[in-house]
Amino acid sequence: MHIPDGFLSTPVWATLDLAVVPAVGYFARRAQGLEQSKVPLLGVMGAFVFAAQMINFPVGVGTSGHLIGAALLAYTLGPAAASVVLTAILVVQALVFQDGGTLALGANVLNMAVIGLLAGYLPYQIWGGGRWRRPAIFLGAMLSVMVSALLALSELLVSGVAMPATALRVSIGLFMIYGLLEGAITVAVLGALESMNVGFLRVPEASVSHRFKWVGLAAILLATFGALIASAYPDGIQRLTSEIGIGSHGRLRISTPLANYEAAFFQSGWLRKAAAGVAGVVVIYGVCALGGRILGRQRGK
Amino acid sequence: MDALIDVRSLCFRYDDGTVALDGVDFQLYPGETVAIFGANGSGKTTFVLHLNGLLMGGGAITICGNAVNKQNLSRVREKVGVVFQDSEMQLFMPTVLEDVAFGPLNLGLSREEASERALEALKQVGMSGCAARAPYHLSAGEKKRVAVAGILAMRPEILVLDEPTTFLDPPGQRSLIELFESLPQAKILVTHDVECARALAHRAVFFEKGRIRGEGSVEDIVARFNWDRTVIRRPTSSRH
Amino acid sequence: MHHVVLDRWGCGLSPVHRRDPRAKMLAALIFLVALATSHQSYLAVSAVYFALLVTAIFAAGLPPAAVLRRAALVLPFSLVFAAMSVASGDTTRAISLVVKSYLSALVVLVLVSTTPLPQLLGGLERTAVPRFLLLVVQFLYRYLFVISEEAQHMRAAAAAKGGSMGRVISRRRHFGAAAGAVGVLFARSYARAEAIHLAMLARGFAGHFRPLAKSSFRKLDAAFLAGAVAAIVLLRAAIEAWT
Repeated sequence: MHIPDGFLSTPVWATLDLAVVPAVGYFARRAQGLEQSKVPLLGVMGAFVFAAQMINFPVGVGTSGHLIGAALLAYTLGPAAASVVLTAILVVQALVFQDGGTLALGANVLNMAVIGLLAGYLPYQIWGGGRWRRPAIFLGAMLSVMVSALLALSELLVSGVAMPATALRVSIGLFMIYGLLEGAITVAVLGALESMNVGFLRVPEASVSHRFKWVGLAAILLATFGALIASAYPDGIQRLTSEIGIGSHGRLRISTPLANYEAAFFQSGWLRKAAAGVAGVVVIYGVCALGGRILGRQRGK
Repeated sequence: MDALIDVRSLCFRYDDGTVALDGVDFQLYPGETVAIFGANGSGKTTFVLHLNGLLMGGGAITICGNAVNKQNLSRVREKVGVVFQDSEMQLFMPTVLEDVAFGPLNLGLSREEASERALEALKQVGMSGCAARAPYHLSAGEKKRVAVAGILAMRPEILVLDEPTTFLDPPGQRSLIELFESLPQAKILVTHDVECARALAHRAVFFEKGRIRGEGSVEDIVARFNWDRTVIRRPTSSRH
Repeated sequence: MHHVVLDRWGCGLSPVHRRDPRAKMLAALIFLVALATSHQSYLAVSAVYFALLVTAIFAAGLPPAAVLRRAALVLPFSLVFAAMSVASGDTTRAISLVVKSYLSALVVLVLVSTTPLPQLLGGLERTAVPRFLLLVVQFLYRYLFVISEEAQHMRAAAAAKGGSMGRVISRRRHFGAAAGAVGVLFARSYARAEAIHLAMLARGFAGHFRPLAKSSFRKLDAAFLAGAVAAIVLLRAAIEAWT
């Protein structure tokens, strides 16, 4: 689910945009290694994911689905490279295909290319080497889809986008089906790849196991609880959001710097608002540039 | 006259154990064009990949006096330009100009020098008007010309042409052959296209199972290894 | 195919096309932020911003109807959520979702149809975005159509095979065939990537891409940026002061 612009409230998209910068920087550095030789592989595999989505898998009663690909990429290219490829895909989808917003890019990247990906890699990381490999692949692919979709849903709810309780349950049910389908497709495609016997599949990386395990686990918990709470108390969430004012018509009292910024934004006069807006852009840019510089310096070593 | 390329008992074995090259000796002299014939899988492509160090096997290769080894790689790659069969894979930059300038930039030239060389090479292959275009939108023949320009911009002394005429229609093949004729470099032509070899090559070698089985004029090799697609029809006796 | 249209639009020579990509990107970003953060009087702001974008479309010589239609790609998604908002009694939100998502998509579309993607990426090169990621995007875009074409051939081939067998194949086998096709596509893409890498090495690639173009941010670009930002900020401020 690609969130377009106009759906997320300012604190949500701005925070997620900021949060995603170090994550993408980290993965880019990890995937790049010491030189840029992997660029063609990662770019072409990104094009592959686009193209693979043109191939339909029958689901039943005249409908069909297609591969989403996050887990497949993680198992074949490794999680860091897969994250870079997925980010690149989301950038192209947002800019070229108007699929997903630009300000919402941070949210979409975080949902799919960072947290969803890590959640999907977790089972493979734990059981991918042994007897439970196939179930692990299935579970991982399913999780990659479900976690990112549930996160997107939670972000929408937190932003104050209202959904009737039934619609919410139906969408969660749909995510489950997409997840199951992605699991089945990923297992089948990896099976086909293995029968070619070229060694495309990667053995889970041992060196990073613990960090990735914890982040992956946290991601799954986050998404599950977010969704559980959201589906159990949809009205509650709405009440909550309107009370603390994350919804677009309220006032903000969350104590994050950006939330304060927006609170000030509402109360000030128009000239100050404009100035605050420009300042906000400058601050975001500055933080991004600084983060990039620091990461770049580390990479240069 | 010293050989530009001097290959002595080159051997290569792939990771899976397949022997691809099994003692190849080969020389290329200035100004000449040598055609390499052989069945698919006979080791032709593996052989040419050794000529600029993309693969490294046993034996010795000297290019213009430089031994092909890890230290000399950049010098060797400057001397030997390889034009691959599929131009699509060779034109990876977003615009024609950037693609042709890719090699010169890797040689360490400044941006100005690199784009100067790129424009010059594009002119040489008759593609001056296409500098700003995206490679994807070019025709097969245009792509091949741009790919050649990308190699010429590095000013190599030797051109390796891997199946240059595939994917082209006959007029396109003809004009490409004319282009190659006009280029002064020594050339190695790997091809199944006997007509193209007849037009360009001074001599030919024949690869079989990783070895050179024969050497001589193009006609000689074609006759010896029956390397022609002309079907010889026996006169059929009529029924009545 | 989508991006062929964009490539064609991007080739224009209008004054908008000729502006430095960084000027256009920054203007679009400020537009997006200004739109996203406008609340009480967002409808009036949106109407004025729409007029701004239409002006830009005309100034760039883009086909207005086609551009407006293409930006509507976002609408199916927005309408679903708008319907849900209406169902839960928040009509204001429903309208806001549709209007804001459409205008946001439109401004990005105007940006990419006056600035080819490689130029956009070049413009991003001096920002915080990791260069490695930009290069991956560049290669993805370069080979998107090549690999998609391959996928189409394979789909056609699979269909032809199914037809020649003269019977309806079972869903299970169809699923397996599709997985096989994706697997083959994967292997071919992988092989292509290796061929590209080989071609790069053959041309002396030593691990890092060196850029050719040196961008020049000229006075005209600065003027464009200043004008665009002034229009975006002042129009919104005027509306908010007035209402």
